[in-house]
Amino acid sequence: MDQFTLNLIVVGITFALYIGIAIWARAGTTAEFYAAGQGVPPVMNGMATGADWMSAASFISMAGIIALAPAGGYEQSAFLMGWTGGYVLLALLLAPYLRKFGKFTVPEFIGDRFYSGGARLVAVICLIIISVTYVIGQMRGVGVTFSRFLEVSTDTGLYIGGALVFIYAVLGGMKGITYTQVAQYVVLIIAYTVPAIFISLQLTGSFLPQLGLIGGYAPGGGEVSMLAKLDSVVTELGFNAYTSDSPNMFNMFLFTMSLMIGTAGLPHVIIRFFTVPKVADARSSAGWALVFIALLYTVAPAVGSMARLNLSTTFWPGAETGTALSAPALSVAEIDSNPDLSWIRTWEKTGLLTFSDKNGDGLIQYFAEKKPVADANTALAAAQKALADAAADADKAPLEAAIVEAQAAVDAALADPANGLGGQSLAELGFAGNELTKVDNDIMVLANPEIAALPGWVVALVAAGALAAALSTAAGLLLAISSAISHDLIKGSINPNLSEKAELLWARIAMTVAIIVATYLGLNPPGFAAQVVALAFGLAAATIFPTLMMGIFSKRINKEGAIAGMLAGLIFTSVYIFIYKGWFFFPGTNWLPDTAANYVFGISPLSIGTIGALVNFGVAYGVSMVTKAPPAHVVDLIESIRVPKGAGKATAH
Amino acid sequence: MADKSSANAYWAANVRIILISLVIWFACSFGLGILLRPALSGIMVGGADFGFWMAQNGSIYVFIVLIFVYANRMGKIDKEHGVEE
Repeated sequence: MDQFTLNLIVVGITFALYIGIAIWARAGTTAEFYAAGQGVPPVMNGMATGADWMSAASFISMAGIIALAPAGGYEQSAFLMGWTGGYVLLALLLAPYLRKFGKFTVPEFIGDRFYSGGARLVAVICLIIISVTYVIGQMRGVGVTFSRFLEVSTDTGLYIGGALVFIYAVLGGMKGITYTQVAQYVVLIIAYTVPAIFISLQLTGSFLPQLGLIGGYAPGGGEVSMLAKLDSVVTELGFNAYTSDSPNMFNMFLFTMSLMIGTAGLPHVIIRFFTVPKVADARSSAGWALVFIALLYTVAPAVGSMARLNLSTTFWPGAETGTALSAPALSVAEIDSNPDLSWIRTWEKTGLLTFSDKNGDGLIQYFAEKKPVADANTALAAAQKALADAAADADKAPLEAAIVEAQAAVDAALADPANGLGGQSLAELGFAGNELTKVDNDIMVLANPEIAALPGWVVALVAAGALAAALSTAAGLLLAISSAISHDLIKGSINPNLSEKAELLWARIAMTVAIIVATYLGLNPPGFAAQVVALAFGLAAATIFPTLMMGIFSKRINKEGAIAGMLAGLIFTSVYIFIYKGWFFFPGTNWLPDTAANYVFGISPLSIGTIGALVNFGVAYGVSMVTKAPPAHVVDLIESIRVPKGAGKATAH
Repeated sequence: MADKSSANAYWAANVRIILISLVIWFACSFGLGILLRPALSGIMVGGADFGFWMAQNGSIYVFIVLIFVYANRMGKIDKEHGVEE
């Protein structure tokens, strides 16, 4: 059976499963639509939270980001610790109290606790900015996965994904989404760990990838550890060692903190804790969520490091037993004749992997080009372009002279031993430059089974897993958006007399509109798709998290303080990001270049959420101190959410 | 809730557990995984140095244990103060 048919069968089976669950778990009341009737058992909720949380970025991109990071894989631990440590904050500081509050949305809590429709509105705005920016990335993930594995266009893939989410989210609301997410979790975790287990066995002889990460390198006899082997191969090729220290510890610290408090402030994650029966369940459910998330997150660094080692030894066959440069690089003839290497041509077609034989020796040399070589080559290319673009009657002599000069600079750079590998200059080695010109981060997970020559059904499984990851997160985000619109805007501010039945209808209409908008934005992504992580996490960290925390742990923070704090966090964080990434992400409108040298105290826009949260805390405290204390009924509310007793009824599922 | 003082005692016990947990949370991730990594470079966990392992795997295990221990202790405190559901 060919790969395409296999992919179709496996993906088809999983889709049929999701639709079947959606029909079984239809929502009949608003309580079921918004919070699954508050009757989801904690272990199930943990699984659903895992799928809700682990997005296309976690599944497809994270291992690749770790594997290919220029500064080394260690620095990217910020993602591993940040995207898990946030659950500790959720369990300790938010989940049990918000469950005790017993309502349906995050803005609703903020509106009640700060006795203000204005506060509720600001929270709705923050929630919609966070969730919409985040959902675009998920829809892109759906489109990309479809186009790669099911050979349809990205647009068609998006329509299919949008239609599927429509069926189970509009029909089932939170209840349908919850049980679909449980199934999606199972699909995505199997899809992620099966290839990892195979690869760990091949490279380290260890069945568990987590042990493989710290195990010995099996093809070399296990004498040297896998990480030491990886370090020696990549440093020999001029890259930073995988385990090398972060060049900027301060920023790594702030980035990790931003991701942690951002995670704890993401509305679609928080509302998952509204669905369990009891306050105690909200606490343990956060633990279960982390268990299920850890199954992927502790495997990810193993996948990243092993995929990097596999990639390096594929292009440098000598590295497997000796040093990389002890044998010639992989030849183009081998790529075209060896069926195990057919993945290279497959991925070349997608543009995610490109190579060119610059020195014409029929081999593809993959190494880190030193800056002088790269600069000289760029200058030469520019000179050649200038000559090609020159008008027919122009004086060509100076342009030709410039090319001769640029060529001489390239030759000098190639001949300089300082720019070479292993003490030899590139000219001595016969290299003209790095010939594996592009390896996209996403390849490390999507092509991993093919790189390791695993069977076709594993490849099909990865396709189904990537779709499950993207669809489950998209559904969670769409629910957060639609409930904010129907419950907080329509029922909360425009028409408080709305009947239960009418509100349920509005919730479904809002969900439908949200899906259409998300699909549209997936088809026509604003140029900033790559920056959304910074904005979504930064705003969640600077607005939602501090406000919820102060609402629970302080009796003194009042309406004025909360609104001022949220606005300050929102404005401060987005302005800092816009200064470096462009105003509202329009290209070319940034005030300062997005490089470390221009950052205030070296704080990258990705890490600014931590500072934004401090701004929010500070402003909220200051404003609250000079204004009136919250009224007595609010103090009663705070006292009531602090004790578990009397959380109210839940429905059995 | 019986009276104000028992509510305050419950909340104080709750906040104490949260603070202890947060210290552990911070120490194992930001402490061992980032700030102290260079100082701990000689200690190995299999083929990885301790700080590296804490950053890529170890902290996550600590986080899980931390949440379950917290949930368990809180369950007991809820009962002691008679505020469980």
